[in-house]
Amino acid sequence: MSSIGQPYPSSWKRPPQIFTHPLWRRLIFSGIALYLFLAIGSIEVNWTRVWEGLERGQRFVAGFLVPDFTTRWRDISIGLVESLTMTLTATVVGIVISVPIGIGAATNMAPKWMYLICRSIIAISRSLQEIIIAIFFVAMFGFGPFAGFLTLSFATIGFLSKLLAEDIEDIDKSQVEAIRATGASWLQVLTYGVAPQVMPRLVGLSLYRLDINFRESSVIGIVGAGGIGATLNTAIDRYEYDSAGAILLIIIGIVLMVEYTSGLIRRRLQ
Amino acid sequence: MNQTVTLPQIWTYRTTKAKLVIWFAWLTLVALFVWSWQLMNANTMWVFVWDAPTQAADIAGRMFPPRWGYINELWLPLWDTLNIATLGTLGGIVMAVPVAFLAARNTTPSVLFVRPIALAIIVASRSINSLIWALLLVAIIGPGIFAGIIAIALRSVGFIGKLLYEAIEEIDHNQVEAVTATGASSAQVMHYGIVSQVMPAFLGISVFRWDINIRESTILGLVGAGGIGLQLQASLNVLAWPQVTLILVVILATVVVSEWVSAKVRGALI
Repeated sequence: MSSIGQPYPSSWKRPPQIFTHPLWRRLIFSGIALYLFLAIGSIEVNWTRVWEGLERGQRFVAGFLVPDFTTRWRDISIGLVESLTMTLTATVVGIVISVPIGIGAATNMAPKWMYLICRSIIAISRSLQEIIIAIFFVAMFGFGPFAGFLTLSFATIGFLSKLLAEDIEDIDKSQVEAIRATGASWLQVLTYGVAPQVMPRLVGLSLYRLDINFRESSVIGIVGAGGIGATLNTAIDRYEYDSAGAILLIIIGIVLMVEYTSGLIRRRLQ
Repeated sequence: MNQTVTLPQIWTYRTTKAKLVIWFAWLTLVALFVWSWQLMNANTMWVFVWDAPTQAADIAGRMFPPRWGYINELWLPLWDTLNIATLGTLGGIVMAVPVAFLAARNTTPSVLFVRPIALAIIVASRSINSLIWALLLVAIIGPGIFAGIIAIALRSVGFIGKLLYEAIEEIDHNQVEAVTATGASSAQVMHYGIVSQVMPAFLGISVFRWDINIRESTILGLVGAGGIGLQLQASLNVLAWPQVTLILVVILATVVVSEWVSAKVRGALI
């Protein structure tokens, strides 16, 4: 061995964790540097406009710290009621539709043709953003919370069916087999073999989706689909930052509350 | 005791009490749904809703075929969209890393004072959608890519911060102790004991968020924050439906590609 006569190194350098090959590492890092150079170079920033805007930014921060709930309370409460009712109805309808689709999209419960149909429904629903769907639904169904309700229901289907289908595919097969061995029909296998295994997860996912739907309901109002987003948009357009601050605080408060309660319920179920 | 307990003759899945509770829960849910539905649709114009199939057919007729020649005007917005997502993610990372270390129970300097502030930052950032951040920033610093980048960065802070602080809290303490036992300074403990453990999780989270940010940056233009959404908004405003179709195809392709890239990179990291 050639290293026998050599002294031990007195310092140690941690080996790199990723890109362990030195040439690749250099290539990747110089590529990143080149990209950053080009990307930052292509941003146009109007610094005078930014500077003028900072005063508005200060007013916004002030509005956030001293929110004004009262002046626009009528608009805020209308928006809030729309958002909340939209969230609840859309989540319920979304779940009702996504349960059969989720069962159809599980390889162990459905025939191949059914699987393909259900998986493509899921793919369509998942690949389009809520806001783009909302634009189309507003164009078709007119302004207001009904378009928002349809948007959120549609988005819920993709999310919930996919996760439910994966859950059904992951269940313990022996339980299903035991039920089937008693001579149970497909429906009985579903109720006594599959449902008890996926129910806690389904309830947890539904609560999680409720949370997401409320967050989304605060956005789709920007394109006319009702809810608190429309009120927020108007408040910002009128430069009423204290009302906007109040709306944002309400949104944060409700999100926190929903998240906390749904976390509590999910922990009790599991 | 010689009294025999009379067992029910037929096996049932649940006891009568459990059945009653579940029945009552369903009743409450249905009542809540009906009430919400009526509240939500108090101002719905059903004429527009029944008219929807005609409207949908009309829009679909106008959208087809897509105007393929328009693609040459989309390359620059697409580059902008990519930059908004990437630079926004980087900005988010820069802000999220210190916040995460302040929020994690085992690295925060003060559980009582600093940790709640860090958690509040994470919650505020997470509950507000990036479109709302963009809406605010466009009002404050003016329309353009810069507002989009900051909006994405501010939204990413909460996401990356939350997942990263959970990863930090879950590290193996023996390694930290081993590094401390060698007489390492606190910076060295951080570097060799903690950072090296959370590095893979951190990179995975960042790439995941980058993927989500690509999705979100495609629509930020709807409120004036640059990217391909600006083109979408402009085309919608002049009812140029063939262009809208092409933009949607491009957005869909971008999202699919970014999802594929993110899945590949995360697969290589783990």
